[in-house]
Amino acid sequence: MSITAPLFQHHKHCDELFAAAEEACADGNWAAGEGAFALLVDQLETHFTSEEQLLFPAFEAATGMTSGPTEIMRGEHRQMRDLLAQMQAALASRDSDAFGGGAETLLILMQQHNMKEENILYPMCDNALGASDVGALLAERLKAS
Amino acid sequence: MHPSLSFDQAPPISVPYRFFLAAPWFGVMAGILLAWSGGDALASRWTPEVLALTHLIALGFMLQTMCGALFQFIPVAVGGNVWRPKLVANTVQPLLLLATLLLVAGLLFSRPGLLSAAAPLFLLAIGGFVVVVALALWRTPATGMTLWALRMAIGSLAITVLLGSLMVEALAYGLSVPILELANIHLAWGLGGWALMLLAGVSYYVVPMFQLTRPYPLWFTRWFGPLLLLLLLAWSSQLLVDDARWPLLVALPLLLLVSVYAGMTLWLQYTRRRKIHDATSMCFRMAMASMLAFAISGATFFLLPELGADPRFVVWLGMLAFAGVFVSAITGMMYKIVPFLNWLHLQRLGAPLSSVPNMNKMIPPEAMTGQLRLHALAVVLLLAAVWQPGLARLAGVAFAASCAWLGWNLVGAVRRYQTFRDRIRAAGLHH
Repeated sequence: MSITAPLFQHHKHCDELFAAAEEACADGNWAAGEGAFALLVDQLETHFTSEEQLLFPAFEAATGMTSGPTEIMRGEHRQMRDLLAQMQAALASRDSDAFGGGAETLLILMQQHNMKEENILYPMCDNALGASDVGALLAERLKAS
Repeated sequence: MHPSLSFDQAPPISVPYRFFLAAPWFGVMAGILLAWSGGDALASRWTPEVLALTHLIALGFMLQTMCGALFQFIPVAVGGNVWRPKLVANTVQPLLLLATLLLVAGLLFSRPGLLSAAAPLFLLAIGGFVVVVALALWRTPATGMTLWALRMAIGSLAITVLLGSLMVEALAYGLSVPILELANIHLAWGLGGWALMLLAGVSYYVVPMFQLTRPYPLWFTRWFGPLLLLLLLAWSSQLLVDDARWPLLVALPLLLLVSVYAGMTLWLQYTRRRKIHDATSMCFRMAMASMLAFAISGATFFLLPELGADPRFVVWLGMLAFAGVFVSAITGMMYKIVPFLNWLHLQRLGAPLSSVPNMNKMIPPEAMTGQLRLHALAVVLLLAAVWQPGLARLAGVAFAASCAWLGWNLVGAVRRYQTFRDRIRAAGLHH
């Protein structure tokens, strides 16, 4: 199994959570929406920090590339966190239009971010870090969440 | 340097937009032309009006948007470096626009001089575009079936344009060529090899992304493109094979392949994780349903010769393919790409993200679904007008109105982009 396989699986898990939160809030089912959205935020945050604290530093140390793909991924994490904050505010004020618009934007951003990671960055990490223990640490961290 | 490091090489926003903004107005012209001409225009695929309508949509609407979308898609989705996108787009797009108008006028008024003038312009515009895009597609280190589909599509575009140019020059200079066979082959490479191949390659990427569907199965993406290419080569060999059954033997598997793609896409969307319906998913469903109708009608055409003998039957197939499949699918794509590009480019200006409006603020969802309903009505009327010529003028008006609404929605998105951009810049100056 590749060391990034747990992250790959976790993307799918976050997709499920996104769909559940979006559906509940679109239906005006705010109570369920709040629970589902909190779960989504929690899991995305776990995912981002796992990458930022474990995977990216290991990759940068192994390859010496500190301003390349990892920098762009960190920037996109920032954008997604900002969008989640906007959605949180919309949820608090029960504004389904604002929530839906934020969700629409987050979805595209998140999907193209995932594809860049899955198609380019993760294979590069697997190559550079194949022999390290980063994979086990990632799996542990994502499982614990 | 590892080319994958240049993740973020999307072109300036004006590059795709100049193509996207022009396209709907060719649809408007097509609608007006039909409304003007009336029902007799649709009597067969060879009337000057049908030839003009076909090329207004194929070149003015489809090729414009597909070229614009490729400038955006190639760097982002397959990591290809398009050489000087702004320069190429600024050259190719006006040339293409002019060439399309000349060709359409030449076909409509039967003026060989105009046709003959259009051909070199197409060769220049599309030739340049094909070379630049092909270099990007063959140099990228990326792999995957989307990339292969794009490569096959761009090759098919070159074949389509070469065949088209050959035909117009033959018509202009009165050369004797097997024009019926060449037209059938030109049509198959344009609709199948270029447009459908590109749509499929892009679908592998965007269908899972927009609707959270499962990915297309590996066996499907691995076989669809190569089989399509092989069948198109077999279809082209009708120039050499002197057997009346040959086109039938090739067409049936071709239509089957087309329906597998349409059925697969509908199935993936039906079993998607995301439950929200939006304009894009409705556009895709309309396109795929039209594609299934096209495949069934096409099979009927070949299997029941007495029905197929009516020259209006091929016009019916054309309406399904051009208006039903491609105008719908492309509209759906633009409704997703344009709001996202607005958002992406605005937030790159460096403003705090909270000051950048979300995608739904770029084109109001009601404006998109409203336009889409009118488009669906227009397609139904166009199909009915093939058999009920009395409806042709109404169908033309409906199609023109729907395309104008699409154009207006896109213009609105660009104006909103400019307003928000100016606001962010002005706010930046105050800090």
